[in-house]
Amino acid sequence: MKKCLVVDDSKVIRKVACHILETLDFTVAEAEDGSQALEAVQSESPDVVLLDWNMPVMDGMQFLKALGELTLEKRPKVIFCTTENGVEHIREAIDAGADEYIMKPFDRETLQSKLQIVELG
Amino acid sequence: MEISPSALRALSSILEERTGQRLNEGRQWRVELALRPILKLHDIDSCETLAVRLTEPGSESLRDETVDALLNNETYFFRDTDAFSTLPQIIEAIAAHRENTKKLKIWSAGCSTGQEIYSLAMQFREDRRRWEGWTLDLLGTDISRKAIARGQEAVYSQFEIQRGLPAKHMLQWFEQRGERWHAHDDLRRMVHFRRQNILEAPPPGMFDLILCRNVLLYFPAANRSKALDWMSRVLAPDGALMLGAGETVLGYCDRFEILPGARSLYRLAPPEKHQLAIGA
Repeated sequence: MKKCLVVDDSKVIRKVACHILETLDFTVAEAEDGSQALEAVQSESPDVVLLDWNMPVMDGMQFLKALGELTLEKRPKVIFCTTENGVEHIREAIDAGADEYIMKPFDRETLQSKLQIVELG
Repeated sequence: MEISPSALRALSSILEERTGQRLNEGRQWRVELALRPILKLHDIDSCETLAVRLTEPGSESLRDETVDALLNNETYFFRDTDAFSTLPQIIEAIAAHRENTKKLKIWSAGCSTGQEIYSLAMQFREDRRRWEGWTLDLLGTDISRKAIARGQEAVYSQFEIQRGLPAKHMLQWFEQRGERWHAHDDLRRMVHFRRQNILEAPPPGMFDLILCRNVLLYFPAANRSKALDWMSRVLAPDGALMLGAGETVLGYCDRFEILPGARSLYRLAPPEKHQLAIGA
């Protein structure tokens, strides 16, 4: 089973995302901000990180940069999932190394198709 | 709100009469949901009242709107990743026989709002150098006027644009204006659309590749045969037909045979195997 780390400061979004991911046969781990996510990436070794942009403590972009500096056996794919829906944000995220981008709100089909794009669906 | 069996029957027969499609059980649940905007727009209190109104003289345009709403326009970019990873090889195999003309003609039958044929257009453009000097004729047809108009417009909502479309393609081929995403003109120019019922005479010319994916499943068996028979008449002898993952020609049309090693792909069968052809 593939594992996804859901990083979002909203409990509701985490719950929704986790539910969808479970229906797509993923196991899930959760983190509330980028800092927690960095620890989880090392302890949980997820295949993919579903990443919010705006979060307290450490935001999504800071996490993405910090992830690049970690020595990991296998870097997880990173899919931003955020209300930052402007094209400039999408470009910034892709340029910084994000594998995919989801604009909230999203549904099961969107998440499933993005997982397929990063070859995890 | 439950829809009564008599209203459902009436609506289903209007749909079948106009399009040849049938409301199978899987689609019945969404009838009321699909018709809700029409009920609201015309201040009609229920699907039952709508069904009655559609029998009255002068209800032509209401009929058009109802049929359009009942059609399933579900589609998304690069739907079925397996299919889109197979297509380049298939296209290359056909193109190998077109080196003299450098022309490829591709038809997306039942193209809905255009995502499939635009996906193919993007795939061609990704490999721009390979196709330099080639004339690529990409056609999308659908029975729904509304869907065709949307395909021509090539403007997609946030939901539509991110279903199946990689973010890089989104940035490369579309421009964001507010919450809508507009295809660049050079992508739009690669594709043309026309309204067409797949149960009637096909678009003119011979096609090298016909995509008819997730369309036939909405038709009763006799109409599947009819649609496939029409397609067999405009498919180039060395061309290919691609159906949806759960669809088949087997039992509906013997003018095709399975393309070895490929899923949902067919080629024309040798003439001696044509025994059951409709209207032959």
